[in-house]
Amino acid sequence: MKILVTVKRIPDPDESLKFAGGGLDTSSSKWVPNAFDEYAVETALRLAEVAGKRDRLAEVIVMSICPAKQRQHVTQFLAMGADRGVVVDADDSELDTIAVSKAIAAVAKSEGVDLTIVGKLSQDNEGNQVAQRVAGLLNVPQAGFAATVKWDKNAGTLDVGREVDDGVEHKLVPLPAVVSVDLRVVLPTSIKNGVTADSHKYQEGPRLASLRGITMAKRKKVKVLKLSDIGVSSAGSEQVVAVAPPPARPSGQIVGSVEELHEKLAKEAKVL
Amino acid sequence: MARAEIDNQSRDAFRRSVRKFVAGEIAPHIEAWEEAHSFPRELYRRAGDLGILAVGFDPAYGGLPGDCSMIIELTQELAAVGSGGLIAGLLSHSIGAPPIEALGSAQLKARVLPEILSGERISALAVTEPGGGSDVANLATTARREGDAYIVNGSKMFITSGMRADYITTAVRTGGPGMEGISMLLIPGDAPGLSRTPLKKMGWWCSDTAALYFDDCRVPANNLIGQEGMGFLGLMQNFNRERLFIAAMAYAFSKVCLDEAVAYARERKTFGRPLIARQVVRHKLVDMATKIAPLASFLRDIGSRIDRGEHPIADVCMLKNVATQCLEHCAKEAVQIFGGSGYMRGTKVERIYRETKVLSIGGGAEEIMKELAARQLGW
Ligand SMILES: Cc1cc2nc3c(=O)[nH]c(=O)nc-3n(C[C@H](O)[C@H](O)[C@H](O)COP(=O)(O)OP(=O)(O)OC[C@H]3O[C@@H](n4cnc5c(N)ncnc54)[C@H](O)[C@@H]3O)c2cc1C
Repeated sequence: MKILVTVKRIPDPDESLKFAGGGLDTSSSKWVPNAFDEYAVETALRLAEVAGKRDRLAEVIVMSICPAKQRQHVTQFLAMGADRGVVVDADDSELDTIAVSKAIAAVAKSEGVDLTIVGKLSQDNEGNQVAQRVAGLLNVPQAGFAATVKWDKNAGTLDVGREVDDGVEHKLVPLPAVVSVDLRVVLPTSIKNGVTADSHKYQEGPRLASLRGITMAKRKKVKVLKLSDIGVSSAGSEQVVAVAPPPARPSGQIVGSVEELHEKLAKEAKVL
Repeated sequence: MARAEIDNQSRDAFRRSVRKFVAGEIAPHIEAWEEAHSFPRELYRRAGDLGILAVGFDPAYGGLPGDCSMIIELTQELAAVGSGGLIAGLLSHSIGAPPIEALGSAQLKARVLPEILSGERISALAVTEPGGGSDVANLATTARREGDAYIVNGSKMFITSGMRADYITTAVRTGGPGMEGISMLLIPGDAPGLSRTPLKKMGWWCSDTAALYFDDCRVPANNLIGQEGMGFLGLMQNFNRERLFIAAMAYAFSKVCLDEAVAYARERKTFGRPLIARQVVRHKLVDMATKIAPLASFLRDIGSRIDRGEHPIADVCMLKNVATQCLEHCAKEAVQIFGGSGYMRGTKVERIYRETKVLSIGGGAEEIMKELAARQLGW
């Protein structure tokens, strides 16, 4: 079994945004891994490993589309425990979702992976398109927003639990497939691989990179490809016209009594 | 300690992991652990999994790369929750394990170091006795060889992790008077004839501190760490690192005091203006920062000299004193700026204030540091 996990670096969402020239200015941003990709890697690792043992049931490959020199985030995911990396050397800020999805599908195909796991969205532009597009391009089944994943190795299927408005929906998808993961997938017992005891409780959240993992990550293989190597062109059909901060909110009013509030709602705001 | 190279990117990555570990697994519980006078044993395992306990130890026995500056950074991250007890307890092996690494036989190291560095077993160091801690060369606990065992008699005092430790690196007298008669013996926590009593203290609440009593306590002879009579040397070798570590704690907590005080002074309004707008308060903050800034360089400098294999004993003594004095100043002023809130349980500055003294007493008291420095300088 081969699992491909897509990972992305994003400007630190805890920092305030800077704007310049009608767009975002990320020149001084601190770059951090997209949190949903951390959940995706954690999902893959829990599927691949046998808790408490060295055995692996799957190879976990992390791939990122980013300038080859700025791939610290890939090292970080390797430090979590992924086996090797693939970097598509390109300025991802210039690629639209279609080009990104084509690149991912091309790598998934050339690596012959059985499962592609992606975060449900990246925290910077919150697109939530990649999983669906990649599944379409590969013509394989998809299950989005996974909260639980149960792998049946013999049947070659995944039972994916998705939290929907009226409960939990289960999708049974045959492999190969594409799965996008949601926050709850990193709860202690969300992932079951059929070999690690179902009762095994993982530490909640994506695992932290250990010092051992960090020192070993440096020695793991990372294949660097160009878009042309995988037959993808960067010419997209989407274009960002402009990005601007929302207008500042006008300051509020402090009212003296319920009566005054009622009066203002009725007469000034005209909502009553 | 082995000091394998580690690049800056890996250092930063590790620091980020430790920061997340502290924020996610320590910060939410620290108040409860302090009040309970204990933290869960499982935390050693978690710290072991992350490699926190292995930094700077020999890779042949489960250690991982790391130098003094990494220890300083690690201490800073762990100090963020404002609990010295947590650091002292969780890292009690940082004084318990080095004598094993420095003096122990290959078999002994292979037997115990991996378990300690992975967090499976807790290690403590027992040197201080009821009769005195500063005068190590005159310690009175004896170990008498009888067949394939040592029979230990005496007691140890103020031992960090003493209640829970599985391995107690103990300074005992196997020979005549003075430092030549001292040996180090690894005493298992379940050795027959060992009893332990918990001690209540001013600060460091969540770390356990114990009095240990040895009453014809039988310890296998192959638990001797190194040779008989080598104990004092082993202890002295470790003192530089222990004192650097204490200085790093004092530095880190001084910074926490400053950060807390600045945040509070910005927030708290009196007579219509925030405290930080008052010259008296601003100057207090600047005085704190003025003491902290040179300490940072001193700490880094001594750290890199130790990493280069030097033994700057006098400088380490002075560093420990200047660091703990800085903390005493910063904690006092921070509590003052907090006013009544700084006297209440639950603020970091209240806790840190209670924890200043242990740093200027433990690991060699301030007066002893001065005396040692003077002697080293030939005065
Ligand atoms: C919370 C806590 C945890 C500790 N953990 C450990 C541990 O894990 N392992 C361990 O072995 N020990 C531990 N200690 C003990 C610590 O190292 C000793 O308290 C310290 O070395 C001082 O020894 P003492 O308390 O016996 O004081 P004493 O040696 O009795 O000294 C008392 C005072 O007299 C001064 N003094 C002593 N001799 C002289 C002199 N010749 N000239 C001038 N002044 C002098 C000292 O500076 C001090 O101010 C711990 C202590 C505390 C408080």
